[in-house]
Amino acid sequence: MRFRALSALAIVTIAACGGGDAKSGDSTVASSATSSSSVDLNGAGATFPYPLYSKWFSDYATNLSIKINYQSIGSGGGIKQLSEQTVDFGASDGPMTDEELSGAKGGTVLHFPTVLGADVVTYNLPEVTVPLRLTGAVVAEIFLGKITKWNDPRLAAENPGVALPEKDILVVHRSDGSGTTYIFTDYLSAVSPAWAAGPGKGKSVQWPVGLGGKGNEGVAGTVKQTPGTIGYVELAYANQNKLPAAHIKNASGAYIAPTIETITAAADGSAAQMGPESDYRVSIVNAPGANAYPISSFTWLLVYQRQGDAVKGQKLVDFMRWMYGDGQSSASALAYAPLPAALATQLTARLATIQVGATP
Amino acid sequence: MSQPTHGAVVEPAAPGGRSTTAQADDAIAGSSRGDGVYRFLTTAAAWAIPLLLGLITLEVVLAAWPAFETFGLSFLTSSEWDEVRGVFGAAPMIYGTVVSSVLALVLATPLALGVAIFLSEFAPSWLRTPVAFLVDLLAAIPSVVYGLWGIFVLLPFLRETVMPFLAGTLGLGNTPFFSGPAYGPSMLAAAVILAIMILPYISAVSREVLMAVPRSQREAAMALGATKWEMIRDAVIPYARSGIVGGIILGLGRALGETMAVTMLIGNRHEISSSLFAPGYTLASVIANEFAEATGALHTSALMACGAVLLGVTLLVNAIARWLVWQVAREGR
Repeated sequence: MRFRALSALAIVTIAACGGGDAKSGDSTVASSATSSSSVDLNGAGATFPYPLYSKWFSDYATNLSIKINYQSIGSGGGIKQLSEQTVDFGASDGPMTDEELSGAKGGTVLHFPTVLGADVVTYNLPEVTVPLRLTGAVVAEIFLGKITKWNDPRLAAENPGVALPEKDILVVHRSDGSGTTYIFTDYLSAVSPAWAAGPGKGKSVQWPVGLGGKGNEGVAGTVKQTPGTIGYVELAYANQNKLPAAHIKNASGAYIAPTIETITAAADGSAAQMGPESDYRVSIVNAPGANAYPISSFTWLLVYQRQGDAVKGQKLVDFMRWMYGDGQSSASALAYAPLPAALATQLTARLATIQVGATP
Repeated sequence: MSQPTHGAVVEPAAPGGRSTTAQADDAIAGSSRGDGVYRFLTTAAAWAIPLLLGLITLEVVLAAWPAFETFGLSFLTSSEWDEVRGVFGAAPMIYGTVVSSVLALVLATPLALGVAIFLSEFAPSWLRTPVAFLVDLLAAIPSVVYGLWGIFVLLPFLRETVMPFLAGTLGLGNTPFFSGPAYGPSMLAAAVILAIMILPYISAVSREVLMAVPRSQREAAMALGATKWEMIRDAVIPYARSGIVGGIILGLGRALGETMAVTMLIGNRHEISSSLFAPGYTLASVIANEFAEATGALHTSALMACGAVLLGVTLLVNAIARWLVWQVAREGR
């Protein structure tokens, strides 16, 4: 009797669960249907500019009631989803390679720089109270494991009058693939032949020395707690956490602190060299210009040149026009450097090359 | 032991009832149809699990195939992991996964057993429930919270207190296991955080098993003049042995697959070092670190291959542990 009662109870329970599942399944379908009808554009990609993009999309939705859904799944994922045409636009911290471009299923992909970001070289030396001065070559030697002591003559030469301790240098780098690492290794490859021939540039590389921290917080956490460490984090993160930032010698020979102005200045020099026919897949590390911060980079939106869906295509172009106008002014509040005005104008004109609703 | 007896009593009763009163009693006829449905549902549920495991394995191995094809056996033996040049070898991660988990087990097991024995044998009943609840609560803390706690509390403590003590005061700094500079993020840190994370699993299972030891077993030992310690050692623990080992296997499985907290504390370095002070890497960590930004087809495939290897390592370790349980159970008899 007890067995039968139990089994009956079990059936009732299972039936109840099944009923519940069906109901919740229905409501999921319903809600996704309503949300897909109210979202106008879908995008995916880089996490680095996500705080700014999310502010842009929310401001834009408030003003023009056009909803843009952005998943910050990483640059790699953004490129993949754009190539598979599962999103309307992608976003990446590193430009797509020729191979990736040819693999895109929707035809020609255009790169549109949106804002600028930068990496800060941060360190933990309680004895040193003035900002440390570094050259690209010295940073590369440290990250290659060639300079191992803080009082190395090559470091002392850059910092006259600073009493550098006789401590071991501990390198901290990102362990996860990231645009921050791409910018940093891109810079090291540009200034150090040994780095270019060794680890090279990429979203994650084979580091000759050091510890890997996960995310900006992992690197910053280790640097903050461990005397003698050196690492790199993105500017916004360094500012929020008040981390010390080394001044880096730029191509013109000046030691530059990372600020919004010096990062925008890095794009100034490069923008002058880019003609209207440029594909904007350019690196601006070690840029010319007296005031240019050398470890700077664009971050890009990726869009198809031929927009099959005329309505969506027009909405995307309208948004990007807004982004190059009003959008740029909200960048610096979130520690992203706006594009130089001339470049923003140039890119607004380039929006005309997007073919909206062109029938194939 | 008690469950099979129970089933034996029920089973003959059910067919007997069906054959004699099937046409007369609607309720029983309904129940036998119910039995069929119930049997079907439970059978389906039971088959769903191996099917799911099979499909997952198939999918992972298929996705990993390009990497296995390109690197062959060197994927398991090489320490090279270079995304830029497209060369991948997972030896440091395999080493790190096994070493961190086994070390965690070594640290956690005595502590967890101590907790379980105290709670089941010594603790007064007013203390038992709250302490058991608190230990179980450790299992409810999210992994990333353990990781953050590890970064801000455990790492400084290891770096400033434990590591100098091991290397200096105990003089173990010259042995290969505790040599090198003590930075904090290390194999040791990963093992300690894993030990804390798996402790509630081992202790909860062990506690339940120890409490299930029949009273008669204890009374018999006492009647033979055993002290309390002798009773626990000779009568209670042997009776509960296979259950305790099961709890340890559960903990080991959890340690092998743990990702977030380990990634935050292990230092993520593609290198095999004998020193526990040196950073290491695990299979789960490399997937968590690199999958989101993996662009090249080979890189993605290499990460899937890490997943396949992790699956293999987990199955192998579990099989070995299962075999040990059988050995232990046979000895117990």
